[in-house]
Amino acid sequence: MTTRIAARFAALKEEGRPALVTFITAGDPDAETSLGLLRTLPGAGADIIELGIPFTDPMADGPAIQAAGLRALKGGQTLAKTLAMVKMFRTEDDATPIVLMGYFNPIYVYGVDRFLKDALDAGVDGLIVVDLPPEEDDELCLPALQAGIDFIRLATPTTDDKRLPTVLKHTAGFVYYVSITGITGSATPDADVVGRAVARIKSHTDLPVAVGFGVRTPEQARSIAAGADGVVVGSALVEAVRHTLDAEGRATANTVPAVEALVGGLAEAVRSVRR
Amino acid sequence: MNAPNSYRTGPDDRGHFGIHGGRFVAETLMPLILELEAAYKAARADPAFQAEMDGYLSHYVGRPSPLYFAERLTEHLGGAKVFLKREELNHTGSHKVNNVLGQILLARRMGKKRIIAETGAGQHGVATATLCARFGLQCVVYMGAVDVERQAPNVFRMKLLGAEVVPVQSGSRTLKDAMNEALRDWVTNVTDTFYCIGTVAGPHPYPGMVRDFQSIIGRETRAQMMEMEGRLPDSLVAAVGGGSNAMGLFHEFLDDPSVEIFGVEAAGRGVETGEHAAAIIGGRPGVLHGNRTYLLMDGDGQIKEAHSISAGLDYPGIGPEHSWLNDVGRVKYIPCTDMEALEAFQILTKLEGIIPALESAHAVAKVLELAPQRPKDHLMVVNLSGRGDKDVPQVAEILGTSL
Repeated sequence: MTTRIAARFAALKEEGRPALVTFITAGDPDAETSLGLLRTLPGAGADIIELGIPFTDPMADGPAIQAAGLRALKGGQTLAKTLAMVKMFRTEDDATPIVLMGYFNPIYVYGVDRFLKDALDAGVDGLIVVDLPPEEDDELCLPALQAGIDFIRLATPTTDDKRLPTVLKHTAGFVYYVSITGITGSATPDADVVGRAVARIKSHTDLPVAVGFGVRTPEQARSIAAGADGVVVGSALVEAVRHTLDAEGRATANTVPAVEALVGGLAEAVRSVRR
Repeated sequence: MNAPNSYRTGPDDRGHFGIHGGRFVAETLMPLILELEAAYKAARADPAFQAEMDGYLSHYVGRPSPLYFAERLTEHLGGAKVFLKREELNHTGSHKVNNVLGQILLARRMGKKRIIAETGAGQHGVATATLCARFGLQCVVYMGAVDVERQAPNVFRMKLLGAEVVPVQSGSRTLKDAMNEALRDWVTNVTDTFYCIGTVAGPHPYPGMVRDFQSIIGRETRAQMMEMEGRLPDSLVAAVGGGSNAMGLFHEFLDDPSVEIFGVEAAGRGVETGEHAAAIIGGRPGVLHGNRTYLLMDGDGQIKEAHSISAGLDYPGIGPEHSWLNDVGRVKYIPCTDMEALEAFQILTKLEGIIPALESAHAVAKVLELAPQRPKDHLMVVNLSGRGDKDVPQVAEILGTSL
C-alpha cells in the first residue's frame, strides 16, 4: 500500500516542485479554531501538515511554539482531542498527509499500543517525536512502523556521517533535516550550508528530505526549498495565530484568514521552485 | 519482582535502571551525550583523574566532612543514636560541590570552555559558579524567576562569582523550567558548551555519573562509622528532590541488607492536597528531561507544577535510580510536609547549633519521627546536605519576623 506521504511526494516529483510542510499546534488557541485552521491549510497551499501535540515542557522549541502549546493546553486540548481533530479532518480530505509532532510523554501516558491504534484509525500518517532518538527505537519507532505509521526522524547538523546511517535506519516517509543547532524559530539557516547538508543526507537515503527550524518568510522558504524536497514552516504560522488573538487570548475573525494568507504566500514561493 | 544479586550494578549500557532512565533527548544532543559518556568512561578509568579529584576534594572542598554524633538531639528523641553527615560544611555549603568538581574537571579534559547549569535553591548554581571561578570558565546559570525571587542571597553569590544568572520566565518559572531552558541553550551551543547537571537525573550518563561523584558521601560514612562504632549504621535517612545527596549516601550501602534506607520526599502542603513535590509517592512513570522516571503529571501526560517550601526540592520528577530502588523495594520513600520540615529546621538549630537547609530539614523531620521508634543501640545516619543560611530570610517571613 502506498502511504499518503509517499503518494504526495511522488505527485510533487511528477510536478517537479518541492513540498510546503506547515506546522500548527493542535488546539491553538481553541479546538474549533484549530480545526478551522487545519481545514484551511490544504486549500491555501500546504502539501503536508504537521500537527503539534501540545506539551507543558517542549525542550526543543522556541518561545513561539512554547506559547502556542500553553495556549492550547489552557483551552483544554488533550491528545485524545488532537486525534479526534485529525479524524474530523479526514472526513473531507483523504489525501493531505498529517504528521503528528511532539514529545513522548503524552503518547507514553496515553499508552503506545492504544495510541497507534487510535492514530491509525484517525488517519494519521506519520510521527515526529523529538525526544526519541534511535537509541530509544523500541519505545515507539518500531511499533509505529509495524502498525503502518511512518516514523520521521530528525537529522541535525551534529549528525555526522558516522551516525547518519543509525538515524536513517528506521526512518520512513521522509527525513526532517533540522537546519540549525538550536530550538524552533530561532536562528536563520544559511541556504547554501543547508543545501550541502541535504545532499549529504541524500547520498545515504532515497527518502525525500524536508528542511525546517528557523524558516519564516516566503523568500527563505524559496531558497531553502530550492535545495531540498520540502521546507517546513512552523513558528511563523503560530506567531500569525498569536498576532490575531484578542486581549483575552481568544481567536478573532482574522485568525484563520491571517494564517491562510501567510500560507498562500509561502506556497507561491515554494511552487515557484522548478526543477 | 525478584531481588537482583546486587543493587549497585546499574545503569545498564543503555542507561536503564529497570524501566527507568534512558536517553530521551533531541537528535542534536545525542552525539554530545555519546561523547560525554565516552569521556567519562575514560576519565573514570584514569588514575590521574581520580588523583586530581582527590586533591581538590581535600584541599578545596574540605573533605572528608565529619560524621557527627548529635548527642542532644539523640537525648531529646530518646531512641536511636543519631549521626549527622555534615555535608553542609563543604565549601559552598552543600553536597552539590562534590558533583560539580567532578563535572568541571571532566569538562576541562574535554576542552569545553563554557559551562551551563540549572538551579533551584541556588546551591548547585553557587557550586558551579564557584568552580568556574576557580578554573576561569564562563558560567551561565538558569534559574526559575520564582526561585530567583525567593533565593536572593544565592543569586547575588553567583553574580559575585562571575556567573551570569538567567531568570527563566517560561512555564511555572521554577526548577523544571530552568532545566528546559538549559537544555535549549545546550542544543543551541553544541560545540563549546558543557551542561553541568546538578542532580542524579537527565539523560544517561548523567544519573550514574552524578551518583558516582556523590558516592564519596557514603564511602566516608562507612569508614567513619566503622571507626566510631565498629559497625555499619542500621539506617540512613536523606531528603530527595532530584536525589543526588541521597544517592550519594545510599549507594555505598545498597548491598548491605542490614541497613534500612529511607528517602524523604517533599510533601508540600500534604500529598493528599495535590500541592507537593513527592514524585514517587504521588506520581507515575513518565518521560521528561531525558529520562523515564516517576513524575507528577495529569491524565494527559502534562507535567504538573511541584510545590515545596524548599526551592531545591520543588521539582516534579526524581532521579531514575531512585525510581528503580523504589520499584525493587530496596529504599523506602516517605513524605514530609512543609510544616514538619519547618519544625525540624528550628529543633535542630536549637538543640545542636546547626542550621540545616530547608531541603535537609525534610530528612531531619523524619529522624524526629523514626528515631524514637528505634532502640538506643540503633545507629541512624541523616545526610545534612546543606546549611540553612540561605533560608533564614524565607523562614523569618513564614514565622512572621521582619528582618
